[in-house]
Amino acid sequence: MFPARAHREYPQRYRLEAGKCKKCGKILFPKRLICPECGHREFEKVILPDAGKLLTFSVIRVAPSQFTDQSPYAIGIAELTNGVRLFAQVTDCDVDALKVGMEVRIEFRRIQTDGHHGVISYGYKFVPKWY
Amino acid sequence: MRDVVVIGVGMNKWGELWEKSIRDIYVEAALAAIGDAGVDHLDSMIIGCMSGGLFVGQEHLGSLMADYLGQKNLAASRVESACASGGLAFKMAYLEVASGFSDIVMASGVEKMTDVSGDGATFALATAADQEYEVFHGATFPGLYALMATAHMHKHATTREMLSAVAVKNHNNGSMNPYAQYPFKTTIDEVSNSVMVASPLRILDCSPITDGAAAVILTTVDIAKKLGKPIIKIIGSGHATDTIALHSRADLTTLKATTVAAQKAFKMANKTIKDINFAEVHDCFTIAEIIVTESLGIFPAGKGGEAVLKGETGLEGSFPINTSGGLKSKGHPVGATGVAQIIEVVKQLRGTAENGRQLKRQPKIGMAQNMGGSGGSTLVHILEVA
Repeated sequence: MFPARAHREYPQRYRLEAGKCKKCGKILFPKRLICPECGHREFEKVILPDAGKLLTFSVIRVAPSQFTDQSPYAIGIAELTNGVRLFAQVTDCDVDALKVGMEVRIEFRRIQTDGHHGVISYGYKFVPKWY
Repeated sequence: MRDVVVIGVGMNKWGELWEKSIRDIYVEAALAAIGDAGVDHLDSMIIGCMSGGLFVGQEHLGSLMADYLGQKNLAASRVESACASGGLAFKMAYLEVASGFSDIVMASGVEKMTDVSGDGATFALATAADQEYEVFHGATFPGLYALMATAHMHKHATTREMLSAVAVKNHNNGSMNPYAQYPFKTTIDEVSNSVMVASPLRILDCSPITDGAAAVILTTVDIAKKLGKPIIKIIGSGHATDTIALHSRADLTTLKATTVAAQKAFKMANKTIKDINFAEVHDCFTIAEIIVTESLGIFPAGKGGEAVLKGETGLEGSFPINTSGGLKSKGHPVGATGVAQIIEVVKQLRGTAENGRQLKRQPKIGMAQNMGGSGGSTLVHILEVA
């Protein structure tokens, strides 16, 4: 992971910063330069809520090399309470007990590391609420 | 725009071709297509390739392949749309002939995927997904299609058995295709109990990693007649995109780009799905075939799985799907796949599909649907034999 590439994603990954279109109110995560709904180009910064429900999930058993030490791990798409959808790992749970519709909260976690000397990447993961 | 006809097709036996380079593989398929067409020259060639850079460290494929094909100074381009690169190459070649810019154009595709490890291939393929908001978090391609599968099974009561039935059917068809990478037959039990890759998808739900190439020759009706070729016209071409990230889509159980591309192709051809006799569709995973057949309008939403189980998409069914064996059995060298789909459509329309997989009721109109990533790009083409 090249440091500049990691650095420019910090607002999204560390603080869940999103852009809310000043014209139509659409919330975009990550923020964009133009609203895909109305074409407007002005946004205000908003912070995503940290709760939502799981729309779908899968348990990855054949993982890419950066994630083999975490395998098996669950991934999922959650819809947050403001309607924004996110992709992330689902962690701190029994992966065989996951269900569509399950409530999750977002927590700040380590995502992947780049060997012993490289960048340690942090970001968000979903945690089922009953844990 | 002029009418455009496919007059030649060529591919090689697909598989793990360790003895052959990307150049060899490409030139074999291209020579087969040129030979089948009987043309004495090309005006241009378009190559679909997803990632020569990551798979073999080679870009600038237009020039390399034109050189190795002995086409000195020919106009040659490489186009990319992930796993839909082949379909895109076909569209660009079609436009070049239809516009009058060139008379004889080769649409082709190639991918050499086994010069890297399985992990290297996973990395290269994952570049078709959203690097920062999917792959960063541990997404894989089986994982993304698994998310669609979980959502589809939850919403429509699609079953494990239905997914397995797609693999069984496609391997049965592929067993009759001399070019298929995995021409073995399989059973529902075998697929349903194969190793889990990304739940609910198992290894036999997944298309393989493949080396291979495919090429077709496009020209005008006049030249096709002079060469004495059957007139197999491209009557519809549709192309659409969707968000690259799966989570940005309103519905996880349909493929909007496929629906939109099909609508464009139908409008151009002045046809509906009812006029189409059979289709090659992008079954990179078993769930993909089910969702694609629904998104194309062949079956209502949620009924695609049941249709497979009932045999409606088999060789004797009401709407045969993937008579070639599909990506599942034939193999999936990503850049070549879209072109190989066109080859199967042409063979069926000519009545020359090998080893008993030729459709009994001779088809008149066939369709090919090729998609990139988790459905972020799609090309649909409709061909009709005169």
